[in-house]
Amino acid sequence: MDFAFTPEHEELRQTVRRFLQDRSDEATVRRLMVTDDGFDRGTWKQLAEQLGLTALIVPEEFGGSGLGPVELAITLEEMGRFLFCAPYLSTAALAVTVLREAANDAAKQELLPAIAKGERIVALALAEAPGLWEPSDVRMKAREVGGRWTLTGEKTAVIDGQTADDFLVVARSSQGLSLFRVRAEADGLQREPLPTLDLTRKLARVRFRKTPAEPIAAAPDVQPQLERAFLLGLVALAAEQAGGAQQCLDLSTQHAKTRWQFGRPIGSFQAIKHRCADMLVAVEFAKSAAYHAAFRAQEGDEAELPVAARMAKAYCSDAFFQVANDTIQVHGGMGFTWEHPAHLYFKRAKSSALLFGDSVHHRDRLATLIGV
Amino acid sequence: MSQYRPMTEEELRERVRRLKAEYPPDKVDMYTFRGAQYDHGLAWVHFPEGYGGLGINPKLQAIVADELRRDVHTVYDDLAVNPIGIGMGAPTLMTYGSDELKRALLRKCFTGEEIWCQLFSEPGAGSDVAGLATRAVRDGDDWIVNGQKVWTTLAHVAKWGLLVARTNPDVPKHEGLSYFLLDMQSPGVEVRPLYQITGEAEFNEVFLNDVRIPHRYMLGKEGQGWQVAITTLMNERTALGGGSTQKGGGPIQVLMQIWAARPPKRHKPAEAAVLRDRITRLYIESELLRLTALRAREMMRAGNPGPEGSVGKLAQAELYKKIWECTMDVLGEEALVYEPGYALRRPSQEERRDKVLLAKYQFLRSRANSIEGGTSEIMRNILGERVLGLPGEPRTDKGIPWKDIPRGG
Repeated sequence: MDFAFTPEHEELRQTVRRFLQDRSDEATVRRLMVTDDGFDRGTWKQLAEQLGLTALIVPEEFGGSGLGPVELAITLEEMGRFLFCAPYLSTAALAVTVLREAANDAAKQELLPAIAKGERIVALALAEAPGLWEPSDVRMKAREVGGRWTLTGEKTAVIDGQTADDFLVVARSSQGLSLFRVRAEADGLQREPLPTLDLTRKLARVRFRKTPAEPIAAAPDVQPQLERAFLLGLVALAAEQAGGAQQCLDLSTQHAKTRWQFGRPIGSFQAIKHRCADMLVAVEFAKSAAYHAAFRAQEGDEAELPVAARMAKAYCSDAFFQVANDTIQVHGGMGFTWEHPAHLYFKRAKSSALLFGDSVHHRDRLATLIGV
Repeated sequence: MSQYRPMTEEELRERVRRLKAEYPPDKVDMYTFRGAQYDHGLAWVHFPEGYGGLGINPKLQAIVADELRRDVHTVYDDLAVNPIGIGMGAPTLMTYGSDELKRALLRKCFTGEEIWCQLFSEPGAGSDVAGLATRAVRDGDDWIVNGQKVWTTLAHVAKWGLLVARTNPDVPKHEGLSYFLLDMQSPGVEVRPLYQITGEAEFNEVFLNDVRIPHRYMLGKEGQGWQVAITTLMNERTALGGGSTQKGGGPIQVLMQIWAARPPKRHKPAEAAVLRDRITRLYIESELLRLTALRAREMMRAGNPGPEGSVGKLAQAELYKKIWECTMDVLGEEALVYEPGYALRRPSQEERRDKVLLAKYQFLRSRANSIEGGTSEIMRNILGERVLGLPGEPRTDKGIPWKDIPRGG
């Protein structure tokens, strides 16, 4: 059943929110976003040890809480609200999902408990420029000589690539699409932090030159598993976008109530009020899209997941950008300053819209799925 | 919920089954069947016994509808039988009417023997309906009414009109209104068809010239008309804005069918790509309209209603207009022709069985989606002020007698 949130879900939301109010206030975000690592290791440790959030979707047999896409969506929605600077999306969401779906037991045994404890940062190296976001787009070839595998090529938009301890690299073998674990210190691996549009999310380009890689795929060809993991990643990111959009609406509404011009609050002008009303519609639709996809994923609705996930990523990308863009406009000159947080959300909105494929890309895939 | 008498779903179903056994819907006529349904308390289950109800939770009405549908061909849709009477008038009458009026009117309202219409809007009072100018002046036991109403659905077949008129022009606008039930056959009531963008007249203009209404037909007290009207209007807006309840259903389904059936060479590849993206956007929005209504119901059920329940009317109106616009663009040259023509007449549903004809008609008809039942501008005000808590617009009509409010032209 869609939207059947429980009291436990609300409790999780409040727990995450309280933690972030304390640990991801605007001053902290601004301090961390200009550091090389982009996050605070002390906060990450607390997130793992006190809240157990790094273990959220790690299966219980590997030391996790064994929760699913709905709980992950709630967590990321709150993180999106606060622009939480941490390798949560990369490690606790994407890497865990890819390991769960496509890795063999030995790799899961080695990496999942360590992620759950907050001891390892693991980044997914999937995309290859330009516009090759999907597992099926991967061209990088893995070579095997005498039982030893190496990778050569380049991956881009690797989230938290500069701080990762391990990379999960998607590459092709002669038998199909496969998955490799590459240690950050491996020979021939070179990572280049990118000067990102969105300072609150660190990206790197990672080059491999005959880099030793450990094959960890659960099967000779894990393309279907990786595609499912990719869809689950879209759902997670869509939830984060919905949270960011809600925060933008809240900032704008608050400003419209308290900013006076012409002897009255600007929110009493219909030009502003109606813009806010349209933002509200976009935010509510974005939440419906993200939650619906999360519930479909949670219930293992394999037929509906591709439709719901692509719909969520396409809609939430556009909605978050629209709302973030409107937030600058509602704030007027103040919204254009460095000092005001509007630009942080604006940049996050555009960057997350482009990440994993933009709305045009996902609508194209969706169109095929629904027969348009 | 303690105001309602408890009743199990099974007991209620049993009552419906008994009704159907005594009055087989496929064998008796509509008035007989629906009259019996009323007598069995299955018309508005939350109304008291003796008034078409059983005094039970209104949510149980869905059980009645479900049980009525089983194993029969003949199923009546309340919103087709007497939409304004059953959906809006009866709840208002139940709340504010005298016992005498309830007993005289509710049963025939439900059976459809007496159709109802709503006389609120005026040429000079659309969004600002509380500013209306139709005057009612007391004369002994009667009120004498003069004025003009507009956009009146079903007035040409209606027996009863829900009328709001001004009984005191010397107080602020909301305070000087009173609410009446008007017998549409009274002398001085003149109904004229109002032809709309499609050439058809779904609606009417109603002219009231020295119409007499006995005082006992007033609902609520003199001067309480606005409060009574709100009861009616609240029952209107809930009927709008949930989108289709079926995945992929409603207008988007028609657009997708027309797209699928297009001649292969109608669009160049680049043109097709643009239209395909547009249709997919509209599909997503249609789904999200449906899902947001579903989420609103779910949150309501969990006792935790939020803003998700308020966005439907605005979102649906704007979306449906865009869908029909896109359908015209997909049809291209085919949409240059409007087969039914614009001969001024009453509407006929029969002509719209064909989905292409339906789309062309809806392209025109849907212009009203963002006007009727609250314009999109008013809906944005409501979302901004009631949901987001933004301050209202400074007003020039507040706290001053209605007769002194500035009026254009």
